[in-house]
Amino acid sequence: MRKACLDMVYQLAKKDPRVFFIGSDLGAGTLANFKSEMPDRFFMEGVSEANLIGVAAGLALEGKIPYFNTIGTFITRRCFDQIAIDLCLHNVKVRLLSSGGGMVYAPLGPTHLAIEDLSILRALPNMTIIAPADAEEMKRAMLETLDYPGPIYVRIAKGNDPIVTRPEPPFQIGKAYLMRQGTDALLVTTGITLKRALDAASELQHSGVEAAIVHVPTLKPLDRETLIEAARAPRAIVTIEEHTILGGLGSAIAEVVLEAGFSSPKRFKRIGIPDAFPDKYGSQESLMERYSITSREIVSTVLRLLQN
Amino acid sequence: VEAGRRGHIPSAFSPLEILRILYDEVLRYDAKNPRWKDRDRCILSKGHGCLALYVLLAEKGFFPPSELLKYCKSDGILGGHPERSKVPGVEASTGSLGHGLSIGIGMALSARHDKADYRTFVVLGDGEQNEGSVWEAAMLASKYRLSRLTVITDYNKRMTYDSTYVVQDLEPLEAKWSSFGFEVREVDGHDLGELREAFRQLPFHPEKPSQLICHTVKGKGIPLLESDPAWHHKPKISDEDLRLLVEGLEGS
Repeated sequence: MRKACLDMVYQLAKKDPRVFFIGSDLGAGTLANFKSEMPDRFFMEGVSEANLIGVAAGLALEGKIPYFNTIGTFITRRCFDQIAIDLCLHNVKVRLLSSGGGMVYAPLGPTHLAIEDLSILRALPNMTIIAPADAEEMKRAMLETLDYPGPIYVRIAKGNDPIVTRPEPPFQIGKAYLMRQGTDALLVTTGITLKRALDAASELQHSGVEAAIVHVPTLKPLDRETLIEAARAPRAIVTIEEHTILGGLGSAIAEVVLEAGFSSPKRFKRIGIPDAFPDKYGSQESLMERYSITSREIVSTVLRLLQN
Repeated sequence: VEAGRRGHIPSAFSPLEILRILYDEVLRYDAKNPRWKDRDRCILSKGHGCLALYVLLAEKGFFPPSELLKYCKSDGILGGHPERSKVPGVEASTGSLGHGLSIGIGMALSARHDKADYRTFVVLGDGEQNEGSVWEAAMLASKYRLSRLTVITDYNKRMTYDSTYVVQDLEPLEAKWSSFGFEVREVDGHDLGELREAFRQLPFHPEKPSQLICHTVKGKGIPLLESDPAWHHKPKISDEDLRLLVEGLEGS
């Protein structure tokens, strides 16, 4: 997915001279085509995220559209004040491309796990947050980043994730997508958890439970209308995210659902990372298992909520 | 100050002559067209010194002087730190220290890319240079040999708690900036002649960014402010405080 994302930066730069690329000491050969064909818009700089966010803001204030890529934890919490002031207060068109969103860097430990990126950025006015489910959705999303106003955060997953999204309807920033109809339960996903929800919904169907799925590639601004409509009938709502359960997708959906004031009672559960630093290494997949961010857990959660 | 009854008052007196010379004689701008693309960019990175900037921008016609009387008021555009979206002539919203130089570098890189001929000026405080991001930015400016970027240090040597020597010594400051790839000059930041001459020599080096260290006095010209650290930031200014300030101004 990172490759799809960076390829899109190259494509966008080819067609629009406002596009700049900034990386902080990325892997050798990153965007070599960009560097050789558009060297004056390619900046591979030192490990200095706070400074580079400010530099990107300065470029954007002069009409450029900088795409800045580095590892998720460093492009968020390392430089949070610069994101808040330089990007969000100035409301400039800088795009943050966050490698390894979630637990992709499992073997590298907690310093490299971006598990609170969505919640801390969600608190910032003017920030847009996108977490595509697969490489194809990433390409469609990146196309929309060129003309969209204000700063955008793009969460990049591991790569080689199965393609589960469709080209239609066209990707729009700020839109949630009803991926499956259903009136018994509603599953809400962002990023790669869509795949798990799709698997869970198939299993639930065997048990006679029809689960709707709303995929939320844009966590902010949130598509309240689509969510409220999808949440109307189901009695159970489950959110699934590769992220701390504090302040991310689950919290955002809970806010919408509670404030919608449905007359019928709803049962609600967040599936995500508990309020703790992950204490194991291994792989992204093994950590997802450890925190029960699995289709199996989604199935049992839905069945439990519907029983009560 | 009489309107807002608060502010970082001494912090606005130390860079006053620096900004005076910049806006009188150095910067290219059009107050009636504040976003004119060929204007020089000037960022007051030590945003808490904004009272000095506001007075000059008002004098030059960026906004009506009547705005000064609404400083920190809910219906005013001039806050305790300057904001780009509110104040014509303000290039960057500052107040959180250590941001302005990076933004200025972005503007300077944009000029270099576009072959635009505007210059970029960034005024840094001394306490501000405790922030690591300033030195990250310094390394980047010298990497790209941004000779059209000038950094000005308002070196009043007084921070909130105590002097820079006590809180966090910056010395040897000249050697630090030289070793980070800047061509450095030092002047008395209250001496108009020295400032004028230094700005006339810009760039100090054809292939390096410039650093002008201005030795200044916090609260310059008002004995009360020069001597009493408690004045660094006053959240509430009484009638008596105000009387003392005016008395100090008239005496100077």
